[in-house]
Amino acid sequence: MKRSGRGTSARWLTIYAVAYMVFLYAPVVLLPLFAFNDATVVAFPLSGFTTDWFAALWRTEALVDAVRNSLVVAVAAAVLATTLGASAARAAARYRFPGKGPVMGFIMLPLVLPEIIVAVALLVPIMQLGLSLSLWTVIAGHVLICIPFSIAILSSAFQGLDISLEEASLDLEESRWGTFRRVTLPLVMPGVISSLLICFTISLDEFMIAFFLTGTEVTLPVYIWSQLRFPTKLPSIMALGTLLLALSIVLLVVAEWLRRRAARRQGIEASAIGGLM
Amino acid sequence: MAAGTGNSIIEIAGVTRDFGSFQALKGISADIREGEFFSLLGPSGCGKTTLLRLIAGFDEPTSGTIAIDGRPMADIPANRRPTNMVFQSYAIFPHLDVAENVGYGLKTRRMPRAQIAAEVEKALEMVDLADYGRRAAHELSGGQRQRVALARALVMRPKVVLLDEPLSALDKKLREQMQVELRELQQSIGITFILVTHDQEEALIMSDRIAVMFEGRIAQLASPEELYRHPRTKRVASFIGVMNFLPATFVSRDAAGVTVDVTALGRVTIPPALVPAPLDSATIDTVGVRPEMFTILSDRVEPAERATPGTVTGNSYYGDMTYYTVQLDGGAAPITISMRNTAGRSVLPSGSRVSVGWGAESIVLFE
Repeated sequence: MKRSGRGTSARWLTIYAVAYMVFLYAPVVLLPLFAFNDATVVAFPLSGFTTDWFAALWRTEALVDAVRNSLVVAVAAAVLATTLGASAARAAARYRFPGKGPVMGFIMLPLVLPEIIVAVALLVPIMQLGLSLSLWTVIAGHVLICIPFSIAILSSAFQGLDISLEEASLDLEESRWGTFRRVTLPLVMPGVISSLLICFTISLDEFMIAFFLTGTEVTLPVYIWSQLRFPTKLPSIMALGTLLLALSIVLLVVAEWLRRRAARRQGIEASAIGGLM
Repeated sequence: MAAGTGNSIIEIAGVTRDFGSFQALKGISADIREGEFFSLLGPSGCGKTTLLRLIAGFDEPTSGTIAIDGRPMADIPANRRPTNMVFQSYAIFPHLDVAENVGYGLKTRRMPRAQIAAEVEKALEMVDLADYGRRAAHELSGGQRQRVALARALVMRPKVVLLDEPLSALDKKLREQMQVELRELQQSIGITFILVTHDQEEALIMSDRIAVMFEGRIAQLASPEELYRHPRTKRVASFIGVMNFLPATFVSRDAAGVTVDVTALGRVTIPPALVPAPLDSATIDTVGVRPEMFTILSDRVEPAERATPGTVTGNSYYGDMTYYTVQLDGGAAPITISMRNTAGRSVLPSGSRVSVGWGAESIVLFE
């Protein structure tokens, strides 16, 4: 009885898992399917194969601008957030200072705040200060929401770092900056790469803050949202989505490969140093 | 045993270090001589590692001064001090191979690459790791890591090498081998070594001089032999080796020496040469005798100044030695006696009646 009971629940678990995967990924699979479909209407049956929608992407100047804006914002936000996050993570791992708990709590707060609140909260003082909205304000907003992720990733990297390695470097006549460059940075590099990629990805598809804080230059998610009003543009959006999907997969694979290679070189168990996967 | 030129290489004067309300060092003064193997010995928490870190420059004294090679070290950071450290964890850079680890400090000095390679090779040969240059750090055993850490320090040609419990992570056999090797290496290159250890045997084997530390103070600074034979306090005596403590009372002091009544042993006069200079006669309540300073007299005639009867109550056989516990007639607690298992000497069973030989020179007086 018990054995068959276990068999039944295992079967249901399998069905649940499969259904879950279909629910999660089927829409994603539809993206490339319709991107190559030779019809303006997004519906079955498929009518034929075409790469026109991809070609059309390059001809849409506003889209190319949006992609460029998004890349600028994502790269800037990733670099800034990771730099600031690394500083905070190192301070948190190394030093005890008064108010450390509350300070770290405040830095991590955007993680749990609804983005719309962050967006409005940022918009109000920016308007009050009379600053104009631009990509810079979007970058600032994205840095704010990316830092907690960066700290979460880098904290484990810094905590796993033996303090005597840095002391050994100082002892061998290296300066503090030289120590950071030659010892600390190479050892936390897998974490830094993970942080850069996570922040890049978060910034790239972030809509709310980008929507509220952008001026005349829009980022990709805002552009896509604006294009959804025109049904004829839908297949193009599908093509765009397909490209982004491919880019994400390539990025993740490269990042994970880099991380495992770094870990293998140091003879550390790959799972032990907190990577992306 | 005496090594070094006699010139001070490190002068420590009145050094204290407070961590909040806890005072880790309570006024340390010591001169460390050029070329000697100096050990800081003490139980964990006695401040020995704190003192080593002050010398290395990883930490600053709360008060007092440290001078290295005649130069005051206040405000001179670790990376500009003529000292190099072998860390307890070895701190081998995991992302660099053995040669890159050893050459790290030379690269900091911007030495030409070919010269670095030559120096690294020499240093690796010195620690018997000649062909290990291209090995990754994680491919090394504990003993090899220790050697790499040592080579990395030596290649800098420091005035002083600081060793923070460098052998504690090794197994017993390897540790004993490394103790001898480290000592021989130090003597052949003539650089001052300062070793931090909690292992009294290690300190005795390796050092020219030892500073025994308790609770932030140096309890005694002396050569291993002096420390073992004439520990100044009961605490030092029980920390270094095994010591029998026997209740005693002071009788008199004159030109012949200090006379005391020792429980079970009787009245004995200790010659002036063996009386510690700052002895306070009034506080004498205990004397010490090392286990090997007693002899269990066999049937054959053996010279012994004095003999006291007793009964064997237990024995531990170590192969070359046997440790007996013997209850002396009229004694309070049983004493420990160590005997070499020389030819013709069999292990005595419990209950054996024995005659225990000793002399005035066996007795240690404490301050």
